[in-house]
Amino acid sequence: MPAYQLKIRRFDPESAEPAYWQDFDVDLPPERSVLDGILQVKDREDASIAIRCSCRAAICGSCGVRINGRSALACNTRIGEAAERGRDGVITVEPMGNMPVVKDLVTDMEAVHWKKVRRVVPWLVPAEEPPENQEYIVPAEAMLDVTQAMACIHCGVCVSACLSLEVDPDFIGPAALAKAYRFVGDPRDGEHETRLKDLAEDPHGIYDCTHCFACVEVCPKDVAPMNQIMRLRRRATGDYEIKDDNNGYGHEKAFVMLVEKYGTLHEAQLLPRSFGDGSLVKGQLRPSGAKQLTRELPTAFRGLKSGKVTPRKALLHPKLPDQKQVRRIFHEIESHDERIELNLYIVGEMGEETE
Amino acid sequence: MKLAYWPGCVSRGFTPELHGSVAKVAPLLDLDLVELDRANCCGAGVIAEHNQELADTLNARTFAMAQRVDGAAGMMNICSTCQGSQSECQERLDASSDYRGEVNKHLGDEGLSYQAGGEWWNKNFLWILAEEIGFDTLRERVQRPLTGLRIAPFYGCYIVRPSRRLGFDEHPGRDSYLGELIEALGGEAVEYAGARKCCGFPVITMNRVTSLRQAGRHLADAIDAGADCLVTPCPLCHLNLDLQQPAAQKFVERDLGIPVLHLPQMVGLALGLEPKELGMGKHVVSTGDVQRKIAELAAA
Repeated sequence: MPAYQLKIRRFDPESAEPAYWQDFDVDLPPERSVLDGILQVKDREDASIAIRCSCRAAICGSCGVRINGRSALACNTRIGEAAERGRDGVITVEPMGNMPVVKDLVTDMEAVHWKKVRRVVPWLVPAEEPPENQEYIVPAEAMLDVTQAMACIHCGVCVSACLSLEVDPDFIGPAALAKAYRFVGDPRDGEHETRLKDLAEDPHGIYDCTHCFACVEVCPKDVAPMNQIMRLRRRATGDYEIKDDNNGYGHEKAFVMLVEKYGTLHEAQLLPRSFGDGSLVKGQLRPSGAKQLTRELPTAFRGLKSGKVTPRKALLHPKLPDQKQVRRIFHEIESHDERIELNLYIVGEMGEETE
Repeated sequence: MKLAYWPGCVSRGFTPELHGSVAKVAPLLDLDLVELDRANCCGAGVIAEHNQELADTLNARTFAMAQRVDGAAGMMNICSTCQGSQSECQERLDASSDYRGEVNKHLGDEGLSYQAGGEWWNKNFLWILAEEIGFDTLRERVQRPLTGLRIAPFYGCYIVRPSRRLGFDEHPGRDSYLGELIEALGGEAVEYAGARKCCGFPVITMNRVTSLRQAGRHLADAIDAGADCLVTPCPLCHLNLDLQQPAAQKFVERDLGIPVLHLPQMVGLALGLEPKELGMGKHVVSTGDVQRKIAELAAA
C-alpha cells in the first residue's frame, strides 16, 4: 500500500496558540481521497483533528479545504494525484481561504458564505400568483439556462479561491452571484430588473469580479460562477441598459463600440468613454467623469513621459484596412432578435462531434 | 518556423515596447512571423460578455486568416488575455459544427472560414518557446546568461485558468513554463504568492481599489521574496503592474518600484540584445537596475 505524507494545518482558538503544521503518514491506494487520508489520521493517530464531512461523494459540499494551496473538496481529490502535485510529494491541507477558521480544517461558512448568499435574496419572487389550485408550470427549455447555476452545492470552494475577495472582503463573491443568476435567469421571477440594478450599483457587486477564472477552475460541480456573473452583466447592460455608477455599463459599451469603430481597441478613449456610459463627450463633461479623469491624469502623464504613449497615438487610432468587414459582422449579429449561444455545460464540451 | 502572428491591440498601443521586442527576438529564434495586420481585437472577454456569438465570430475571423497563411505551423499570440479569450471562443467553435456553421456564415463575404479539427493551434509566445523551440535549444542560444538576476514570474490569469480549456491535461508543464524558462536563461526564478494571481487590470475602470490592491500586493510580495524584477507574458498585466505601479503604492501603503519586463524582453536580453533595442527605456518603473546588472554580466 503506498504511503503518503499529509501536512495538516492545525489551529485551536481556545488554546491561545498560533496555528501550526503537523505531519502525518497515511497508507492508502492512490485512487482514495484526501478526505480518506485525513479520516485515517483521525482514526489512528489524533482524533482531535477537526474536519467537517458527511457524504464523501461530492454531494453534500461539507469538506472544502485547500490542498497544496488549491481550493477543493477533500473527498473529490485523489490522494495519489495530490501527492504528485505536492512539493516533494508532501500533501498540504489547510482550511479554506477568505473565511475565518473555527478549528483546524473547519471554517465559519456562516460568517462569509451564507451571509453573502442571503444578500442576493436567494429565493424566487414570483412575477404573478400561480393559477388557482395548480402548480406554476414553466417549459423545461426555459430553465436550461439556469441549470448550471442550480448545480451549486454551496461548498464554498469558489469563495475560498476568489482573488477579488482576497483584496475586497465585501465583494458579494462567486457563489452568491451565481445564485443571483439562478433567479435572474428564471422566467418565473418577477424581480429581474430590481435584482440586476441592485447588483450593478453595489460597488462590491457584479463589477467587482476581476474575471480571473479562479472560481471556474476550482468548482467541483462545474458551475463556473464567473460565467454566471458575466451573464448577470450581459442582462444588466444588454437587456435592461442599467447605467451604474461603477462604470460597468460604460466600460462594456465603450469597449464594444471602439472595436466596432476601429477593429482594434483604441485604448486612449476607453477610459473617458467608460466614465460617460460609452460617450466621449459625456465622460469628459459630466462631473463624475471629469473627476475620475482628473484622478487618472498622473497615470496618463507617466505614460506620456515614458514614451509608451505619444500624443498622436492618444488622439488618432488607425482603423483596420478592411474595417467595414468588422462593422458588417457587428451589424449582422447585433441585428438578430435572439442571441445565438452555445452553452458547453448543456451540450457537453465535445458537443455533437462525439455523438 | 513560420507562424501566423497575432500581436493583439495593447502591444501596438500602450506597450509598444512589447511589439518591438518580439520583432527583434523572433529572427534570433528562427521564427518567421507573418503578422495578421487585418485581424481584429480578441474582445478580451468583454465582447464575449456582451455577445457570445459576436466574440466567437470575431475570433473565428482571426483564426481563418491565420489558417490561410501558407506554410505556417500555427498561430502565435503575445498576450495572455488574447490566449485565454481566443481559447474560449475556439473551444465553442470546435465543439459544434452547427454553431461553427452559423459563425462561418458571417465570414463568407471575405472568403474566410474557420476550419476546426486537425493539428491547427494558437499558442502564446511562452508556449512556443517551451513546446516548439524547447528549453534545450534556448539554452544553446543564450549569449548572456541572466546569472544572478532574480526574476518573479507573473503569468496572467488567462494563460493559466481554466486549465482544462487551456490544454494543461496534454501539456501539464504549462503551469510552470515561466519559472523553467527563467532558469533556462540562467536567471533565478523567485517563488512568491502572486505568480498566478490576478493583476486587477480588468476592473481598473470599475473598481480601482480592488484593482490596485491586487497589483500592489503581488508587487510587494515579489519584492519581499527578493526579486529584482517581474516578467509577464501579458501586456494587460504589464499595464497594471508597471504603468499603474506608482498609483498602486497608495493602496498597499508602501513604496514599490520594481521593474516589470515583458517576456520577449527577458528572452532578448539573454540572447544578447541590448536593453535599448528591447524598448526597456519605455517603462514607467525604471528598468535601470536590471540594465546595470546586465551590463555587469557583460563585463564579467
